[in-house]
Amino acid sequence: MTDTTSDGPMLAADGTPLKKSLARALRLQKMRALMLIAPLLLFVLFSFIIPIFSMLSRSVENDIVADTLPLTVVELQAWNADSGELPDEAVYAAFVADMVVAIEAKKHTRLGTRLNYEQTGMSSLFRKSGRKIKRMDPATDGPFKEALIDVDKKWGDVETWRVIKTHSPRITNGYFLNAVDMRRTPEGAQAQPEDKQILVKLFGRTLIMSLIITGSCILLGYPVAWILANLPMRTANVLMILVLLPFWTSLLVRTSAWKVMLQQQGVINEVLVWLGMVADDARLVMINNQTGTIIAMTHILLPFMILPMYSVMQTINPSYLRAAKSMGATNWTAFWRVYFPLSIPGIGAGSILVFILAIGYYITPEIVGGTKGVFISNRIAYHISSSLNWGLAAALGTILLAVVLILYWAYDKIVGIDNVKLG
Amino acid sequence: MAALTPISRKPMSLVLPTVAASGGLLGLFVGTANGSGFLGIIIGAAIVTALAALYIFALKNEQMAKWISLAVFLVLGFIFGGLPGAILGVIAGWFFHWFTYWMYEGRYRQHLLPYLTPGQVLWHYGFRVICGAIFVFLITPILVVMPLSFNAQDFFTFTPEMLRLDPAGYSLKHYEDFFTNNEWQRSFKNSLIIAPIATIISVSLGTLAAIGLSQSHVPGRRAIMAIMISPMIVPLIISATGMFFFYSDIGNWLEGTLGLPKTFVGYVKVILAHAVLGIPFVIITVTATLVGFDRSLTRAAANMGADPVTTFFRVQMPLILPGVISGGLFAFITSFDEVVVVLFVGSASQKTLPWQMFTGLREQISPTILAVATILVVISIALLTTVELLRRRSERLRGMSPG
Repeated sequence: MTDTTSDGPMLAADGTPLKKSLARALRLQKMRALMLIAPLLLFVLFSFIIPIFSMLSRSVENDIVADTLPLTVVELQAWNADSGELPDEAVYAAFVADMVVAIEAKKHTRLGTRLNYEQTGMSSLFRKSGRKIKRMDPATDGPFKEALIDVDKKWGDVETWRVIKTHSPRITNGYFLNAVDMRRTPEGAQAQPEDKQILVKLFGRTLIMSLIITGSCILLGYPVAWILANLPMRTANVLMILVLLPFWTSLLVRTSAWKVMLQQQGVINEVLVWLGMVADDARLVMINNQTGTIIAMTHILLPFMILPMYSVMQTINPSYLRAAKSMGATNWTAFWRVYFPLSIPGIGAGSILVFILAIGYYITPEIVGGTKGVFISNRIAYHISSSLNWGLAAALGTILLAVVLILYWAYDKIVGIDNVKLG
Repeated sequence: MAALTPISRKPMSLVLPTVAASGGLLGLFVGTANGSGFLGIIIGAAIVTALAALYIFALKNEQMAKWISLAVFLVLGFIFGGLPGAILGVIAGWFFHWFTYWMYEGRYRQHLLPYLTPGQVLWHYGFRVICGAIFVFLITPILVVMPLSFNAQDFFTFTPEMLRLDPAGYSLKHYEDFFTNNEWQRSFKNSLIIAPIATIISVSLGTLAAIGLSQSHVPGRRAIMAIMISPMIVPLIISATGMFFFYSDIGNWLEGTLGLPKTFVGYVKVILAHAVLGIPFVIITVTATLVGFDRSLTRAAANMGADPVTTFFRVQMPLILPGVISGGLFAFITSFDEVVVVLFVGSASQKTLPWQMFTGLREQISPTILAVATILVVISIALLTTVELLRRRSERLRGMSPG
């Protein structure tokens, strides 16, 4: 049994040391796996991850003031915003020079719109002054301080210049402050005036309503998941269709169905009136308020609660319950001390899933929520498409994303990403 | 299931009050609809109790009792509600007959364990009723839409004609509108362009990546998995916001620098966005199928001289095909259903069916939406059936028991 190569390294068939040869095979295998993954990974990075990061950068980016008024921003550095005095002639001259260039490029109205988010009236100030400043010549028509105050007396107001100075840095926390009902001022962050404080309330409402929806999904989902897991397979499969059909049906179909059901002249009210339970002139108001959103979203998200619960309950051995009862436990004790603790992973998985989905919902609240039943996502959509305050929309989105990622991290800890199951 | 428990007739002190209570409940509804709930309860309970007593003490013939119940309630229903009332009456008659005998003969204990106490039996059936109510909650909205889409009026509720089952109350005009209206047809066509292309992209890339991920040595598997599943986790509104910023820049670049036509760029943007959203579903279903894949099959194929490409198409692909197809269906339905992203990323010429429905629901609400909804429900039933059949086939191929 003596081998001539026993004192040297073990060799593979081609004569290279086995260790090296195995390492090369492993490297090859890793390369091949990565080559298969690479196209998709690049695709997702390009068309999903980069857009998300571009949103994150939008939420702090504030180039417009410094780009449109470069000279003014430099001159304003020297001005003390807390002095209560107007900036000196140099600032006014720089401002006129900047404005003439900006008006030429038609950029001054965009700057006005941007500053209008911070102080109302700025948009019209820039638009109106633009027409008159256009006729000035920065080289000859000095001095400009009096001239500008003549154009609009707001240029003689310290507050106007304070706003421009406060929002001149290229990176700003202003949008995030706005997102939590505060604003950026020369003295630091301050609360918004009372009548503008809506966003924190909206975040709170989004959280509370998502919790209510999650709670009602648990209440309605638990019995259904229990009965599906404990019926004979054949019956359970038939009943499962009743859960899967809504799951597969288009979101808009279900939302429009609830609009039809919940309206004042809708199916539920008609049936109640016909049965005489509700007077014709006292129809229930179930739509365009929080009730509508909660009912419709509970229905829409219920399958997402039932399916994880069901897959957990299927693994619970029914003989545990019988064993508990044989040892003298009452029905309730057997359920509460034996079955319920075993089913908690299912409740956890379903709740986090439903909560994550609920907190970012847009379509259903928009259609059945009216003004009282909308979520933070509706506000984001409003800022994207109507008010065009994209920075604020990005900041709101970033906060929402952070909340969701924390929840998702919890989900991963409790359930694990790999255990996500569909249908 | 064979009867577990010997059954015996129950005393009248149990049967008659229970039956009377059920009769009273129905009487309450009929009574409130006709003026007095209280009177309804009394009359309903009295009629049902009288019938039950008649069957048990005098008639002693179950078949005969059934016909009497049906006839009595048919007539009562017709008096109160015409034709639909008569139909409801027949159902009620059948139910009361069944319920009376179910109680009287003690049939309700037939399938239960013999040692259960009366309270446990009551809870057993009470629980089933609760579950039944939840199932009704789940399915009613979808069922209500279907008959309403045949409404002859432009109302979103059942008209008196429809309730009388009068043919004049029904029509196909909303379907006609869907198939002739340009707006709807264009959006339907857009959906049919965008969804399949997005599906093909996500299925082909997703399947490759899932196979890569299922190899035994993948560096950073968890991180890669997290990135690939992220489009499913990030709320749609956030994805849409991010894509809105990013794709408008990309779109400007494509149009400005490369000079591509605007509509084409619009489609590219929406298709790419939808393909990303569908990827997690493909990854998850295909990885799940690959878990049960026997790796020695590929080795056997390689052993017999097949190159990796042949092995993939001839050995691996046929076995994981069910998973790939159901992943593809998920991706398709994601794109076909998607509103938020297309609303943000697309322009008017990429208006898809869900977008059209969304604007319809928000602005000028037209019953055509219900016709579209019905068509979509039919499509989703077809998809659900396909996925279910594929799942069974896949489990059969992998030697698992169906279920």
